[in-house]
Amino acid sequence: MEAYAYARPTTLDEAVSLLAAHANEGRRTQLLAGGTDVLVQMRSVDREPRTLVDVKHIADTNRLDIDSDPVFIGSAIPSAILNENEELKSLFPGLIEAADLIGSTQIQGRATIGGNLCNSSPAGDTIPAIIAAGGVCVIAGSGGTRRVACEDFLTGVGTNVLEADELLVGLEFPRPKGRTADGYLRFIPRTEMDIAVAGAGVALSLDDGGTCTAARVAIGAVAPTALLVPAAADALIGTKVDDEALAAAGAACTAAASPISDKRGTIEYRNKVVAVLCRRAGANARDRALAR
Amino acid sequence: MSKVHVVTSVNGEPREMLCEPQQSLLEVLRDELGMTGTKEGCATGDCGACSVMIDGRLVCSCLMLGVEAEGVDITTIEGIAEGSTLHPVQRKFLEHAALQCGICTPGFIVATKALLDRNPDPDERTIRYWLAGNLCRCTGYDKIVRAVQDAAAELAHEA
Ligand SMILES: Cc1cc2nc3c(=O)[nH]c(=O)nc-3n(C[C@H](O)[C@H](O)[C@H](O)COP(=O)(O)OP(=O)(O)OC[C@H]3O[C@@H](n4cnc5c(N)ncnc54)[C@H](O)[C@@H]3O)c2cc1C
Ligand code: FES
Ligand code: FES
Repeated sequence: MEAYAYARPTTLDEAVSLLAAHANEGRRTQLLAGGTDVLVQMRSVDREPRTLVDVKHIADTNRLDIDSDPVFIGSAIPSAILNENEELKSLFPGLIEAADLIGSTQIQGRATIGGNLCNSSPAGDTIPAIIAAGGVCVIAGSGGTRRVACEDFLTGVGTNVLEADELLVGLEFPRPKGRTADGYLRFIPRTEMDIAVAGAGVALSLDDGGTCTAARVAIGAVAPTALLVPAAADALIGTKVDDEALAAAGAACTAAASPISDKRGTIEYRNKVVAVLCRRAGANARDRALAR
Repeated sequence: MSKVHVVTSVNGEPREMLCEPQQSLLEVLRDELGMTGTKEGCATGDCGACSVMIDGRLVCSCLMLGVEAEGVDITTIEGIAEGSTLHPVQRKFLEHAALQCGICTPGFIVATKALLDRNPDPDERTIRYWLAGNLCRCTGYDKIVRAVQDAAAELAHEA
């Protein structure tokens, strides 16, 4: 029987060759970033032995380029390091808000936003925030590097476009210019340490008169994957992002949602809450953009 | 199953250990190194009883593999006191009766030390959020928060 093994590649080439070789031999690998999903799953739902491929000892996955356009966040960087970075917080307050919601201090010491995305849970908190901020996945594989918009990365509950010989190197974000800002909100029954019932991320740009010139709205935990909602963005563009526009954006989120009922909330409840979260996250993004 | 040879540092002492690839750092600390101060409450990252510092950063040792500890500095509860002299955080937990059964206490002490190392004067809200990943079934948390505040005050006085 296959036994557990651990590999610690130090270059992208080494990592990709290792993934490809295992795939050719029909042996299972799993990439390991912070391990806060992987280790929990290894002890519960998925005990099958496999080779764990640690992404944390590769220079490219540890790269954090904040002063550039695009901004780049490597897939090995734990959210604690992102949350402590004042410059990043001021550039992407919504994305960092989402990263800061993941688990406890201890969890944030390990958990990465790349791992949150690649775990591809419908309720992953950073995913709507990454989509709203225009995040693009930089993916390395045997064929070289490719880029996939975050909203096109997810294919279903726990699934994404990564092939067996590919890994996420990091996320690129267009550098916010002028009066551009984002916001993310989720609803959980308590203030810490729970899984989102619904979530919404909004990023928008305002002109000098406060009129919205560009917007991206994404929702989480209300469909098999997080979703970009272009109709919600359209409801904001050309407006002053007033209550009426926000209500229309919220209604577009409800229309795009296809939630399930479970112990955390019913379909009706999630449909209602996702609109409220969109309105409030949109108002936060607007106020932040106005303050720039 | 082939074990992996790992060279690491625990509480400032170089240590070598043999880890199975799937063993958590918590299992390695307790079962291979015999350092049983670090506790297991849940093994799923929810309770914080297994808190240790890795290169000064607070993490759950149940959610890290032993093999990932290669080349890092690990601080466990055994490294908090200076010989037989308790660290002020430990002393304040005793003085404020901030423990009953004690299973959560090593985790709380290590987490508190990590907090005060980076923020010597945290307000109550900061303390409660920082410690939100440490669960205590017995105390109701208030005494723990008072102990942390008092330890911070004493450490500030010493500084
Ligand atoms: C107590 C607790 C609380 C939590 N709270 C929250 C919460 O509030 N909100 C939330 O959204 N999540 C939460 N989580 C889940 C988890 O912490 C997050 O999903 C986290 O962001 C995962 O990141 P990681 O680096 O630990 O990923 P890992 O566990 O290392 O990996 C997760 C998945 O992504 C894959 N992967 C990792 N890195 C790469 C890469 N570079 N390329 C390709 N695939 C990769 C892995 O193979 C795995 O399938 C919580 C978990 C715990 C234990
Ligand atoms: S034992 Fe690690 S968090 Fe509970
Ligand atoms: S003292 Fe018993 S769990 Fe905290």
